[in-house]
Amino acid sequence: MTLLRHLAAAIVAGAVIWAASVQLSAFRDFQMAQIAVYVVAIAGLSILIGLSGQISIGNGAFMAVGAYATALLMTHLNWPWWAVFLASPAVAAVAGAVVGLAAARLHGPYLAGATLMLAVALPSLANQFPGVFGGDQGLSVNVFPPASLGANFPQTRWLAWICALAALVTLVILANLGRSRVGRNWRAIRDDPVAAALAGLPVGRLRVLAFVMSAACAGLAGAMLAVTTSLVSPGSFTLSLSIALLAGAVLGGLGTLLGALWGALVIVLVPTYVTDVATSHGFSGGVAANIPIAAYGVVLIVVILIFPQGIQGGLRRLAKQFLPTPPTLGSPGRRPPVSEDVGPDSPYRRPPVSEHQEEGTS
Amino acid sequence: MTEFLQFTLGGVSFGMVYAAIALSLVLIWRGTRILNYAQGAMAMLCTYIALTVITHTGSYWEGFVVALAAGLVLGAVVERTVIRPVENKPPLNAVVVTIGLLVLLEGIAGIIYGGQYRSFPTAFSLTGLHARSVPLGISRNDVFVACAVLAVALALAALFRFTSVGLRLRAAAFNPYAARLLGVRVGRVLTLGWALAGLIGALAGLLVSPDTFLYPSSMDSIFVLGFTAAVIGGLDSPVGAIVGGLILGIGLNYVGGYLGSNLVPIFGLIALMAVLLIRPSGLFSVTHERQV
Amino acid sequence: MKRSFSLRLPVVAAAVTAASLVAAGCGSSSSGGSGGAAASVPGITKTQILIGSHQPLTGPAAPGYSEIAPAANAYFQYVNAHGGIYGRKIKYTYLDDGYDPAKTTSVVHQLVLQDNVFAIFNGLGTPTHLAVVKYLNSAKVPDLFIASGCDCWDNPSTYPYSFGWQLDYIREGKILGAYIKQHFAGKKIGYFFQNDEFGQDGVKGLDMEIPHSQVVSRQSYVPTNVNIGPAVAALKASGAQVVVSFSIPAFTALLKLTALKLGWNPTFVVSDVGSDPITLAGLLEAFAKKGGATVQGNQLTQGIITDGYLPTLGNTGNSWIALFKKVHDTYDAKAPFDGNVLYGEAVAYAFVQAMVKAGKNPTRAGVVKAIEGGLSQGASVAPYDYSATDHGGIMGAFIGVIQNGAIVQQGPVWTTDTTPSGAVTPFTGTQPAAPASGMP
Repeated sequence: MTLLRHLAAAIVAGAVIWAASVQLSAFRDFQMAQIAVYVVAIAGLSILIGLSGQISIGNGAFMAVGAYATALLMTHLNWPWWAVFLASPAVAAVAGAVVGLAAARLHGPYLAGATLMLAVALPSLANQFPGVFGGDQGLSVNVFPPASLGANFPQTRWLAWICALAALVTLVILANLGRSRVGRNWRAIRDDPVAAALAGLPVGRLRVLAFVMSAACAGLAGAMLAVTTSLVSPGSFTLSLSIALLAGAVLGGLGTLLGALWGALVIVLVPTYVTDVATSHGFSGGVAANIPIAAYGVVLIVVILIFPQGIQGGLRRLAKQFLPTPPTLGSPGRRPPVSEDVGPDSPYRRPPVSEHQEEGTS
Repeated sequence: MTEFLQFTLGGVSFGMVYAAIALSLVLIWRGTRILNYAQGAMAMLCTYIALTVITHTGSYWEGFVVALAAGLVLGAVVERTVIRPVENKPPLNAVVVTIGLLVLLEGIAGIIYGGQYRSFPTAFSLTGLHARSVPLGISRNDVFVACAVLAVALALAALFRFTSVGLRLRAAAFNPYAARLLGVRVGRVLTLGWALAGLIGALAGLLVSPDTFLYPSSMDSIFVLGFTAAVIGGLDSPVGAIVGGLILGIGLNYVGGYLGSNLVPIFGLIALMAVLLIRPSGLFSVTHERQV
Repeated sequence: MKRSFSLRLPVVAAAVTAASLVAAGCGSSSSGGSGGAAASVPGITKTQILIGSHQPLTGPAAPGYSEIAPAANAYFQYVNAHGGIYGRKIKYTYLDDGYDPAKTTSVVHQLVLQDNVFAIFNGLGTPTHLAVVKYLNSAKVPDLFIASGCDCWDNPSTYPYSFGWQLDYIREGKILGAYIKQHFAGKKIGYFFQNDEFGQDGVKGLDMEIPHSQVVSRQSYVPTNVNIGPAVAALKASGAQVVVSFSIPAFTALLKLTALKLGWNPTFVVSDVGSDPITLAGLLEAFAKKGGATVQGNQLTQGIITDGYLPTLGNTGNSWIALFKKVHDTYDAKAPFDGNVLYGEAVAYAFVQAMVKAGKNPTRAGVVKAIEGGLSQGASVAPYDYSATDHGGIMGAFIGVIQNGAIVQQGPVWTTDTTPSGAVTPFTGTQPAAPASGMP
């Protein structure tokens, strides 16, 4: 039933997007594709942090893995777009498993640190093996609309379609995952790993699984990025990308899928808007380009201090004011009280950031 | 053989800078259990302040002292305003706040000072030292760098061991509730810890900027490696920070020399993962994780 | 547990996304070409020519390179103040891509699809521009005077709308290599190069001229790692007497400082990209200012051999330098008058040349044809080689030596091609004087 409901929602959303892509200009189609890229990447990270409680600042590296897999498969084996959209997350998932296994014993800042180093180090592999990875100049990727749509079909609209499709499929899968036993288990190990272990949950394996899931999402996002950028090079996968994903996940609302959408919208649309405003107020090009950066930092700090549940949390609170919900017997996701014998390094020693009273989608 | 000697000694200079960053991170971690991702950016801003002073007064040491003071003030201000609200919240909040601070400080530096690479002076000569006409690969300034960091580390150790302020710092870090009951003003002590960390960070910035040039993101890679050194040494251990910094600095110098500059970040990652796999809390850690 | 709004929210979300895209579109003004007739050329109105570019205004490549676009804009403002091109003023919109190809794609799509620029001018960076070159050519947008020394833009059959401008790195390597072969025969040569297409192409060119037996060491660096101590130590250990460096200014300065630390003083031959004496002096100034110092800034750059395809900055007798300095002082005075500013103004001059040649009613195809018909030599020391089969640009440079903080030309201008067999020959023509009006 849940699956059907999610599918129905996805189909309706897909119809709206299809209609929009035809009505809006080619540039808006391109932006839709970009937004879809970030929705997928942020959704994976948001579920990882929000549901399983692990902090990763390295998902940019998994995007790189997916992007390079895409470029290599398309260049050498001529695979079509849907095949690489299936293969790239698989490749990234394998990478995620390797990293997850190594990092399964790490908590809190140690995990964050390892993922940070991963984000910094992995793209330099492209320069180490330039014959394979194209070095600094990268590998090019070309995706064209199929001939059946006509010779004049705009490429950007085709990109918007395939990226939106990939994003919707990912969101349906993640929504179901969040509602399933796996999702509940993740919440259990997030809230109290000791109790979860005592209850028989394989904590380490669940952590690795969450890591693999977020890596797969990042890998798919990397494939979509490769297709929209048409070039895969290390310059696109700097630490700033991983930071942007984290920021998007937090701003949008951790653990929620709609939050991923809000985060993606902010990341894609806001910086250019801020630069436009700054230039029109007479700031020189160099200063105007730095203003979005400073603003970004301010927003991150303000949001986490004052609105830790992000945009989605704020919307939910508004919705609760205006829409009736049936009474529930105690909130199912209520946190246990703080226990003193949770270790000092545990990320779970305090109430978590967002309240997940309902699972998954919205 | 000369090459090996040069690599080893050359690695000490950067290694001590990583050690300084690592030390400041350890100081903050022990006090507030927070990892300050903005440590490098704070150091960068203090170094810019030093550069402004040096350009106006022409004196390196005046700029040096002002930068250290700025580090103290910046650390204290950051802790009071931005960090205090997240000290008792889940770790993710602190991560996001410090990353936000990092981005903000780099943006501010870009706006005020521009993105140009600035040349930063040294106190001592840059010409290489020789031992019986064999160039050692280090300069007088490098020796100064190593001595400065060591001096600060020793001073810090003395502060912790032998003064009442140090005792209070340790008490607040060990058990804030008990410390509060015993009359320690935990809040003020934490601010002091951050201030000291800011000072050490500013020192690191001053020492390394002649070699990296100064620009808004110049401390990014230094921070990443300093952070790696801290994790390798154990986030709880100041000794681990120094040792970790030296190991990383010298080791990566070997990698850069014998294998190529491009492999340095990869080997940094390998070193980090290797240490964490064997000892998940770092080489010199004293707390033991309870495995679940 | 039933949730009454479970279906509504995703639909609302999709609708909100679409709405926000429309709203964002209304928020930013789309300039140029609004309300025009369907047959009008994008970016061209009766009063304005709109062009766009992607530039690294922030990020790792910003130092230095971020000066180029404002300098080009300064020259355009000069032209606008003197009547424009057939009465049209040039509006130059350059957007930041942070040297990130993903952002470049985004920014160029915005310029082409939303702002409707006439052409993309001086897009900067090799990996960044590679991300958009196919798109621009398939959309038939003129891609003029790309700011990159890759010879990949010289490909009229694949990229008919793209044109390079500056001397490409292979040619530069050949010219430097030929000089080294002639003047340092028998000496040991070491290479120090940036590990990307800039350095690798430069080395390719060097290898076409310098005998392999002479090269004793090849060390590369990456801009993200400033600790080049090991690389320089390796160069020293190899016994190199001449070091050829394809490095950006920061790393040229570091190279010199590190060599100093090692007590080593070989002859340095540095690519034009990293040898601007003013930039180097700025990077080394802190080491020059110390009272009683043993290190003087100028001392560090003294004797560096380099090449140049634009007149030297100190050559105030040169009419082009005089013109560009005047423009700089009027419209871009805050920036130092250095190599980047000279570059920006010179390439802007080339653009104005092309537009003038394209006539009173320029079209996109028309300006391409105009350049292919050949552009007369402008501020560069060697002529352009534009034709229907060649989109490369400047094809030669002179060799110079830095003396007292300025480059002094040594010998003639050399021209060559990008093949191993093509000879490096002296150019016998002379650079034409700058037009009196300052406009082509």
